[in-house]
Amino acid sequence: MPINKVVGSFDAAVKDFFDGATVLIGGFGTPGGCPSYLMEALGKQGAKDLTIVCNNVGFGKELMKVVAMFMKVPDWWYDGGELTNNRQVKKAIAAFPVLASPLLVSPFEKQLRDGEVEIDIVPQGTLAERIRAAKAGIGAFYCPVGPGTIVEKGKEVRVIDGRKHVLEYPIKADFGLIRAYKADRLGNLIYRGTSRTFNATMAGAAKVTIAEVDEVVEVGELDPESIVTPALYVDMVAVRPEEGRTQIVQKISKEEQLRK
Amino acid sequence: MAEKERLSRETIAFRVAREFEDGMVVNLGIGIPTLCLNYPTPDKEILYQTENGCLNFGCNATPEEADFDLVNAGGQMVTTKPGMSLFSHDESFAMIRGGHIDLCVLGVMQVSEKGDLANWLLPERGIGSIGGAMDLASNAKKLIVVTEHTTKDGKPKIVHECTYELTAVECVDMIVTDLAVIDVTDKGLVLKEVAPGWTVEEVQELTEPKLIIAPDVKEVQLM
Repeated sequence: MPINKVVGSFDAAVKDFFDGATVLIGGFGTPGGCPSYLMEALGKQGAKDLTIVCNNVGFGKELMKVVAMFMKVPDWWYDGGELTNNRQVKKAIAAFPVLASPLLVSPFEKQLRDGEVEIDIVPQGTLAERIRAAKAGIGAFYCPVGPGTIVEKGKEVRVIDGRKHVLEYPIKADFGLIRAYKADRLGNLIYRGTSRTFNATMAGAAKVTIAEVDEVVEVGELDPESIVTPALYVDMVAVRPEEGRTQIVQKISKEEQLRK
Repeated sequence: MAEKERLSRETIAFRVAREFEDGMVVNLGIGIPTLCLNYPTPDKEILYQTENGCLNFGCNATPEEADFDLVNAGGQMVTTKPGMSLFSHDESFAMIRGGHIDLCVLGVMQVSEKGDLANWLLPERGIGSIGGAMDLASNAKKLIVVTEHTTKDGKPKIVHECTYELTAVECVDMIVTDLAVIDVTDKGLVLKEVAPGWTVEEVQELTEPKLIIAPDVKEVQLM
């Protein structure tokens, strides 16, 4: 029977999420690269006590309105801030748990100050490598980032080649939500621009990897030389509605340009 | 008494960019470091790396060029450039951790005389974001940090020992402030340049550790 990893809806893609699950969330912190439709579906699905693993925990819809004063923000943007608002998050493992400006207090920061959520703060590269280690079956690794800082607390530190290293463990997750550009029914993925970011790193690192894409193309259409994530890392593919697709975003901005 | 003029953010960036050498791979932090992009002379070809997964990106995008799928580490939209490459986060930090970045420029909350850097957690805020600062600070071949010389209430940011949570130990090579250019050496902090209109003594007054005055100490050249 032909393999077909494409599911009919985002709701169907997240229906098996359970309370207490650990979820990798792709992206960097900006709208591009954010698996927004999957996150929104997870918001509706309602699984609670989640441990979310992400670079930036996110803004939430209220703060996105503030961001919109400085840059274009798409209507479909939905991030970990909203999951936090929904009280679905118990803990975050992240490099950017709070926003750079102290004036922008995210839902996660608020709940952290109120003692309602926990944080495990991780240097960005260590976060990426701990996720990669889970994908690659590495038991643990010594990392030169963090000696002499808060990061080494409670961890084994060993001098290797004259330099202090901290022992770091893989982050094992139940689900990975990622954003890619195009897929085929086998689950091969390509990305677009800097939206590759944590998405390609997370693909295959959780027990179940779900990709949110603009388009599913025929098998053979993706150039084998250019496929970034080979099919075996991906379990499900869900397709964005037209208004969330990259081409449409660009088309609108081109029309805006013509009007000027 | 009127406050004496200090170097602007742009001037600090201009001065830092003079350290960029032809062919270097450079990563710029958020804030003043990002401004450095504007200043290297055109005869130098620099490859800029941004930790969210791009090498050799173009300038900041105009609203018309803006594309959600092309941003720098500060989340600003940038443009493509011939010879640009894209990669995942684990690959990006393999570049960083693996020592493939020639020069990194980061901001500062405190920097010590040994070159310890604290730049991610303000004690009064109590919660901060490490981001990629630890990885970059501890692994770039050369680290330049940029800062106002003093805090808003006039306290030195260059200190004997950092009291804030550290980003990395003994990582800083050079400090460029709105008052001075200082090298971090095994012997201590060497004052190389002072802002126009400021004396060596005035800079020392606002710096906690004792500065070693370079024999050829001079004014920061603004052109």
